[in-house]
Amino acid sequence: MAVFRFTVNGEAREVDTSPDRPLLEVLREDLQLTGPKFGCGEGQCRACTVLLDGAPALSCITPVRSAAGKRITTIEGLAQGGKLHPVQQAFVEEGAMQCGYCTPGMILRTVALLERTPAPTRAQILEALNGSLCRCNGYPRIVAAVEFAARLRRSAVQAQEGSHAAE
Amino acid sequence: MPRNEGFEPDRFELFEPPLYRFEITRRHWLESLGAGWLLTCFAQDASGQGRGESVEARIHLGDDGIFTVLSGKVEEGQGPRTELAMAAAEELGVPLERVRVILCDTARTPDDGITAGSRTTPQTVPAVRRAAAAARGWLTAEKRLIENPRLTEPGQWKILGRGHWRIDAREIVTGAHRFPSDIVRDGMLYGCVLRPPAYGARLDAVDVEAAKMAGAAAAVRDGDFAGCAAANSYAARKALEAMAATAKWSGGQNHNSANLFVHLRATAQEKVAPLPGRTHHAEYRTAYIQHAPMEPRAAVAEWQDGKLTVWTGTSNPFSVRNDLARAFGLRPEDVRVIVPDFGGGFGGKHTGEAALEAARLAKAAGRPVKVRWTREEEFRWAYFRPAALIDVEAVLENGKIRAWQFTNYNSGAAGLQTPYAIPDKREKYVPADPPLRQGSYRTLAATANNFAREAFMDELAAAAGADPLDFRLAHLEIDRIRAVLTAAAGKFGWKQRRATRRPPNRGIGLACGTEKNSVVAACVEVEVDPKARTVRLVEIVEAFECGALLNPWNTRSQVEGCILMGLGAVLREEIQFENGRVTNARFSQYRVPRFRDLPEKMEVILLDRKDLPSAGAGETPIIALAPAMAGAVFDATGSRPRSLPFRW
Repeated sequence: MAVFRFTVNGEAREVDTSPDRPLLEVLREDLQLTGPKFGCGEGQCRACTVLLDGAPALSCITPVRSAAGKRITTIEGLAQGGKLHPVQQAFVEEGAMQCGYCTPGMILRTVALLERTPAPTRAQILEALNGSLCRCNGYPRIVAAVEFAARLRRSAVQAQEGSHAAE
Repeated sequence: MPRNEGFEPDRFELFEPPLYRFEITRRHWLESLGAGWLLTCFAQDASGQGRGESVEARIHLGDDGIFTVLSGKVEEGQGPRTELAMAAAEELGVPLERVRVILCDTARTPDDGITAGSRTTPQTVPAVRRAAAAARGWLTAEKRLIENPRLTEPGQWKILGRGHWRIDAREIVTGAHRFPSDIVRDGMLYGCVLRPPAYGARLDAVDVEAAKMAGAAAAVRDGDFAGCAAANSYAARKALEAMAATAKWSGGQNHNSANLFVHLRATAQEKVAPLPGRTHHAEYRTAYIQHAPMEPRAAVAEWQDGKLTVWTGTSNPFSVRNDLARAFGLRPEDVRVIVPDFGGGFGGKHTGEAALEAARLAKAAGRPVKVRWTREEEFRWAYFRPAALIDVEAVLENGKIRAWQFTNYNSGAAGLQTPYAIPDKREKYVPADPPLRQGSYRTLAATANNFAREAFMDELAAAAGADPLDFRLAHLEIDRIRAVLTAAAGKFGWKQRRATRRPPNRGIGLACGTEKNSVVAACVEVEVDPKARTVRLVEIVEAFECGALLNPWNTRSQVEGCILMGLGAVLREEIQFENGRVTNARFSQYRVPRFRDLPEKMEVILLDRKDLPSAGAGETPIIALAPAMAGAVFDATGSRPRSLPFRW
């Protein structure tokens, strides 16, 4: 047992636990954040995706010790003040979910992709999301949602730049 | 004689059902719903055998103007929550936003049976519509229920027939929705179950104290069942490992996938004599595959005062309730099964293993217990889509099929019958001894049967020197199938593309079929790698028709999902087992479809037949892809894949 401190969705958290426990289980069982999902336990489906210091991480194969001191974002931390993140908005508007179990992981992967590549081509989307499994096979709608999210995000950024320029 | 007789049910069946009785009561029926009126629709037993009435639909009419549909159906991604809300809103004449839906909770919702077989659309939707139509009178100043209410004609629909996405999409994208594996109860423990080394092995001895020594809060052995529960999953796994090290097993099966089809033929319950005078015959095979829903089986069980409550992901909640009652010697009314919207099923969650396991552990622990299967457990211990061995034989005479014999060994009778007009037809399902635990899968055996039938139609077309499309149309008298086939072929440009030379290693194919009162056809282009003998789907046009479309957006998603799920079984999916044990129980070894498998072009044509009753859409669209791709591989290579996954 050891004490680990990190920031989860902007809040400082502390857990006293075994260092080898998967971060996924600490989030779900100790911190009651059930947004990240168990899908395989071997990093092969990405349902457990969270952002660690902004980069996508497979929380099912990440021991809690290696998250110490980091910034963790789960799906619960994405909407701000009740307002959906543009990627969440796009998934809603494009109907990019059937059962919805893979959705949190898909959304966080997309957030990370668009940070890096604001205007991805279809090929880049397929490449970035390839390891994220959806057994409902709702892939076409997810691709549509990512493309729409990119447009939403760009117009949000432009609006922000516009308002800065006006100041 | 009408061509479609026996195929299309009379649409007026919807409007002239047996007798319905509506009852409305004022009560605070559910705390969560607040004050209002509860409308219950009772239906006479349709069999007319006097077994009395059953509750058909319940709608709560809230004083706050919110209407709540209560249904025993379950949501696993196929869309009933939204569809039932739309159905109620349509007949109540209120905006969709004012309708809520409570799905299966055996203590509160009607027993709508299993959610399977594409039956929610043709059965539950009309029931909810009838109740809502009766309730409409209650909303007027007269406050009188409408007797024998007429349902709104499809041409007049304002909410049904239009596209809507999941009404609870916001809960999904924010992570707020609690799937069964997300349920948490006060004082809850996390459970693990000891699994045998092979199918059918018996547990001779195990030391449950070993688990307790290793940190389990509870450990129990009950016959062949053994498991433990601890404060978190990690501790439970460690305790299970300690217990597993003490376990002694005996017996067990020794089946191997290498001799699967020899075994099925050897154990067939009947030997079918060859079709007399047959001119062509072929054998088709489909492997065992697993549903592999994203959310593995999960359940939380809680005992209180000798009564049991279980939250679990199952398509058959009332049956699971009865299983639990039987297992623990309880009355069914002392068991409550609640089914939160869960993470996929595809026919694979018709049972309640995790529910029973969690309940047994919770009983031993005296605290609530959650059991969530690992991916490996899901691959090994959930039931499989049955492997199929199919013999198809025909007598081809002057370019037409005169006689046809079709025998499915082991996988089932769904979709067994050919839709083609053939004078002499002999179709049979012959059970065999299955080496693995097998059960339902999206559209059951229809995928295997349609694959064999349609692939063989291509073989006969080639033998007759006919184009695959022309050959089918020459044998096809069912207008609905002709319509989807010609729609898909037209959009794809079948005739022109057949007449044009394909690029190297490219081929085109098509197939059609019908099941569960809906019809489908697909045209595809594939690219093969002749050295590796692999194939890639390049383009697909699929046309689908399921009567009057209730929610075209969801139907399209279901069709797309079916196509891509079907692609997995064509390309790679195959359960391998040795000595009664699955050897590829991981996503890294059992490769399901991924983003990179998406075809470059995918077009779905939905034919909306407002003159026909609505049929389900979550299953049939899966049956056309495999045979269409088999035809395309032949077109590209001159070789015919006769197995799923493809080998040629």
